[in-house]
Amino acid sequence: MRLTQKSLVDPNTPIKFRFDGVTMKGFAGDTLASALLANDVRLVARSFKYHRPRGVISAGSEEANALVTVGSGAQQEPNVRATQIEIYEGLEVFSQNHWPSLKWDFLALNDLVAPFLTAGFYYKTFMWPKSFWEKIYEPVIRKAAGLGGLSGHPNSDRYEKAFAFCDLLVIGGGPTGLVVALQAGRAGLDVILADEDNRFGGSLNADTAQIGGVDSDKWVDSIVQELSDLANVRLMTRTTITGAYDQGTFGALERVSKHLSCPNKELPVECFWRIVAKRSVLASGALERFIAFPNNDRPGIMTASALRTYINRYAVSPGRSVAIFANNDSAEQTARDLQSAGVQIAAYVDSRSDAGISGDFPIYRGAEVCDTSGRLGLEGIVVRHAGGEINIVADCLAVSGGWNPTVHLSCHMNVKPYWSNNLLSFLPAENAIPGMTYAGSVDGHMSTQACLQSGVDKAQIVVKESGKSVSALKIPYAEDYPYKIGAIWSVSPKGKQRSWLDFQNDVTVKDIMQSVAENYRSVEHMKRYTTQGMAPDQGKNSNVAAIAVLADVTGKGIPETGTTTFRPPFSPVSIAAMGSEGQDKGFAPERFGSTHQAIIDRGAPMIEAGLWYRPNYFPRPNEKTWRQSCDREVMMVREHVGVCDVSTLGKIDLKGPDAGQLLDKVYTNNFSNLAVGKVRYGLMLREDGHVMDDGTTARLDQEHFLMTTTTAAASLVMRHLDFVHQCLHPEWDVSFTSVTDHWTQFAIAGPKTRDLLNGLLDQLTDNKTWPFMSCGKVNILGTYGRLFRISFSGELGFELAVPSRYGDSLFRILSARAEELGGCCYGMEAMNVLRVEKGFITHAEIDGRVTAYDLGLQSMISQTKDCIGRAASQRPGLNDVERPRLVGIKPSGSVKQLTAGAHLFNLQDPAERSYDQGHITSVVYSPSERCFFGLAFLKNGSERYGEQIKMVDHVRDIEAICEIVPSVAFDPEGKRARA
Amino acid sequence: MLVLKLIAKSPFECLLPISCGSVSLAEYSVDYMTLVASKKGKEKQLSDELKAAHGMALPASNRMTGRIGARCVWFGQQYFLMGPEPKISLNSFGRLTDVSDGYAVVSLQGSQIEQVLARLVPIDVSCNVFKRGQTARTLIQQINGSLTRVSDTEFQIIVPRSMTYTLVKDIERAMQSVNARTVLGLHAGKSIN
Repeated sequence: MRLTQKSLVDPNTPIKFRFDGVTMKGFAGDTLASALLANDVRLVARSFKYHRPRGVISAGSEEANALVTVGSGAQQEPNVRATQIEIYEGLEVFSQNHWPSLKWDFLALNDLVAPFLTAGFYYKTFMWPKSFWEKIYEPVIRKAAGLGGLSGHPNSDRYEKAFAFCDLLVIGGGPTGLVVALQAGRAGLDVILADEDNRFGGSLNADTAQIGGVDSDKWVDSIVQELSDLANVRLMTRTTITGAYDQGTFGALERVSKHLSCPNKELPVECFWRIVAKRSVLASGALERFIAFPNNDRPGIMTASALRTYINRYAVSPGRSVAIFANNDSAEQTARDLQSAGVQIAAYVDSRSDAGISGDFPIYRGAEVCDTSGRLGLEGIVVRHAGGEINIVADCLAVSGGWNPTVHLSCHMNVKPYWSNNLLSFLPAENAIPGMTYAGSVDGHMSTQACLQSGVDKAQIVVKESGKSVSALKIPYAEDYPYKIGAIWSVSPKGKQRSWLDFQNDVTVKDIMQSVAENYRSVEHMKRYTTQGMAPDQGKNSNVAAIAVLADVTGKGIPETGTTTFRPPFSPVSIAAMGSEGQDKGFAPERFGSTHQAIIDRGAPMIEAGLWYRPNYFPRPNEKTWRQSCDREVMMVREHVGVCDVSTLGKIDLKGPDAGQLLDKVYTNNFSNLAVGKVRYGLMLREDGHVMDDGTTARLDQEHFLMTTTTAAASLVMRHLDFVHQCLHPEWDVSFTSVTDHWTQFAIAGPKTRDLLNGLLDQLTDNKTWPFMSCGKVNILGTYGRLFRISFSGELGFELAVPSRYGDSLFRILSARAEELGGCCYGMEAMNVLRVEKGFITHAEIDGRVTAYDLGLQSMISQTKDCIGRAASQRPGLNDVERPRLVGIKPSGSVKQLTAGAHLFNLQDPAERSYDQGHITSVVYSPSERCFFGLAFLKNGSERYGEQIKMVDHVRDIEAICEIVPSVAFDPEGKRARA
Repeated sequence: MLVLKLIAKSPFECLLPISCGSVSLAEYSVDYMTLVASKKGKEKQLSDELKAAHGMALPASNRMTGRIGARCVWFGQQYFLMGPEPKISLNSFGRLTDVSDGYAVVSLQGSQIEQVLARLVPIDVSCNVFKRGQTARTLIQQINGSLTRVSDTEFQIIVPRSMTYTLVKDIERAMQSVNARTVLGLHAGKSIN
């Protein structure tokens, strides 16, 4: 119910939102949790395994019960903590993990068969019959598992990543963090202060305390104002530091627009920051823990600090008759706040017989809550005390089992926290994270006064270490109550009662006992056996109590039992935020050549090749399929002339007296003896003797070469050259750089090539001036260019290069002239057909497993010089006659289709792996030969020309009888290219 | 008779200029871009020759020399000379490669450039760390590029010509995000101070 007292919500700004289709009202400043409680909604969710009714148990990111789905459609986000959702006009929220409704959940039957569903149940059941696993058990378990779900639709919301740098990162904006940031900010350090809440203040936001004689919220506002005025301080609210990583790097998730009703579409939903800090102060505070008593999970049961937050910050009382169960003095403040708010206190139960609590309400010392009642929400509790048991009517129970310093981030580099017998909690180990110090309650200072003192002291140290100085802040007077606590972890059950430890994973005290009974006694084994502390919870709520229970059962002490591993992230981070740069086409740059628009203008569909976009084919109006276009383009090249943009091939410009030596080192064949004005084909090996890449290299001048690589391997080859030069031969005087983007290069191929070029160049292209495999400078329409007499199609061909600014213009001219001559532009499909007909290889063939011997190119490995990969290439295994070697293949039976990727088998053998003879790498339909033709790697390769073999494509279910033929199907003498 | 002529196109045709909020992105038009490599052991002589020819010495690592119209930017193993047509005398001690059409240069200007770059670049580009005349080879979202601060409110970015579309889209998105935050009064990151 809503209270009328002063709070941090704005009662003058009402906000409507919907929960499970019901419209409700809250105020600006409310979270979904506070607004639901204000509307007397206690049942918010169903538990993970037993589908038990659950309500809000906390007021922060540690919430384990109230997980809901926000929004619908592609934008729907499951498993969001109701305690972190700031309500806004139009917010639509759904409860989850139930069928058909939250109140009447069919799967709550699980709770009735709970004795069969204890920890380890999954590991022992479903073992038989074996065949049931895939067909029945797994699908059923999958359907029942998980909480909320995704829509399955792509989400177009924007997410973002960003980088930040600072001298000091202050983690947590409570009283401690505020004074640390202020002192460091005044000293001139570059400071980032981050807090996951939407306002700074931490525990002070939930308290009515005074600091230095003023209300704590006023004190917070004054500090924040001064921090805002400091240009060297960056304040980041709604930002959770999620992980501590190497070299002072922290992950941080900022909720940017999740609190806005209709955010600008250009505003990201979340931003994932990488913050690099020279130093950090962990001021993450402490989280209140529960006590494991029977049936402690009913809606209406929450931590005492959460109750205090709802009353003071949100002016909401989660109940009308509230009971308190505690083992320490901090819960007394909750009683005082309830009284101030006029809420009835049904009972104050303290497990300590000497508890110094006093007040105008029933007090039970040396007592414990031993049971609760209420199906969908708390209706009453049973208190066990020296005089027996008593039933008390209460619709809300505030529990305090003590405080756990939030040591999480200090453990992210595998250093475990240590146990404090005084505080009955773990504290962060020194030097656990390089550059990180601890201040405030995370360091064991449990009063506000002690936290402020700790913050000032630690800030002074950090400022001094940073080489700065500042006078210490005068600490205002604040609450300084001692922290008195008496250990109680669980309350003995009667009979089969269950006491929950981990609400998120539905783990009870019994599960821990079961784990020990089955000899999973180590804390790490217990965690895996029971799932306690796993998943998003990462032990924030239940770890200490579970460890204490385990210690009790095993008879060990808590320090000896130790903790499990706290892993990042501290609280869940959406994958969309972490991978925001990969949204849409953000995975890698799109590379567009200078002819991109001209190609699009011709209606060509583009395909991606090594980040580049290249035309697949150029359709003409009467062509219905890609094959029609491709066949036409191939025939036009063979009979007339074709133009193809080949700029995407890597071009590496090498200069210097040792450039030839470098080429000799990386290529199998010689290049230092190549004449100026000539081009040579080269084969490059990896150190292990397998083929890395191939291409042509031109000698443009005595100390100037131009290497070409395949499109996909351009950066690989560049890296290889860098390795050879920098690591193997730094003494060589050679420089090289990529000029791929500078030159736009066109292949012009076909018998009418010279007709096309005539009139465009400043010279003739006859065989005498430009013999096969020659190169040189040309002038084209007033611009300098380069011409190479090379051919990847087997036809008379040239490659003409111009600076890229002219690429678009030249492409349009060349295309028009080709069409005038009965030719065309051709795309990747036609280029593939032309090269396969000629037996030219690409990375379909040189797939990383292939040697020069396999390609029939072993003679290209020079015997007169060394090269990278030469020694390894001579190993007997890489020259075995039985290795699969390159052959051509064409259909000879009734089935005429061949497919790439299909495997080859002898006619008499079954099509099984052990009989495999090889596989097909490339297949094209050859319009010149009017049949399919493929390149394949086949055992004994060229020795089997003329034999029949069986092609089996197990994926497409195609089988064809084929003939093994040479890999060069078209113009084997190469006369056309030399014409 | 029709006389054919090749027409030059900008790498940013139809893409730039753009602006959003306080930040603008425009093509930085350069007549010549040349990669300059020193011959082995000739760095000092090459630097002197560059100074004589174009008025600036070779820059140290992560530095730029020169001024508007003639700049030399450290580019890793080589130097990126932008602006003037390189004088032939540089060939005595250096090796020149014309890349005028291999790279594209943009100028990012405005009071919130650091916030925009904080969304694209994994290094600290704040004024007191990354000062005028400093340069880095770094990731610009997905692209390996060169980033140089030329003034308090201007950065110059060099990327391969083929990646201009991605560069503009990535920067535009970051500009929009910063502006959307600013309009709402949300912090966008560290501002110039």
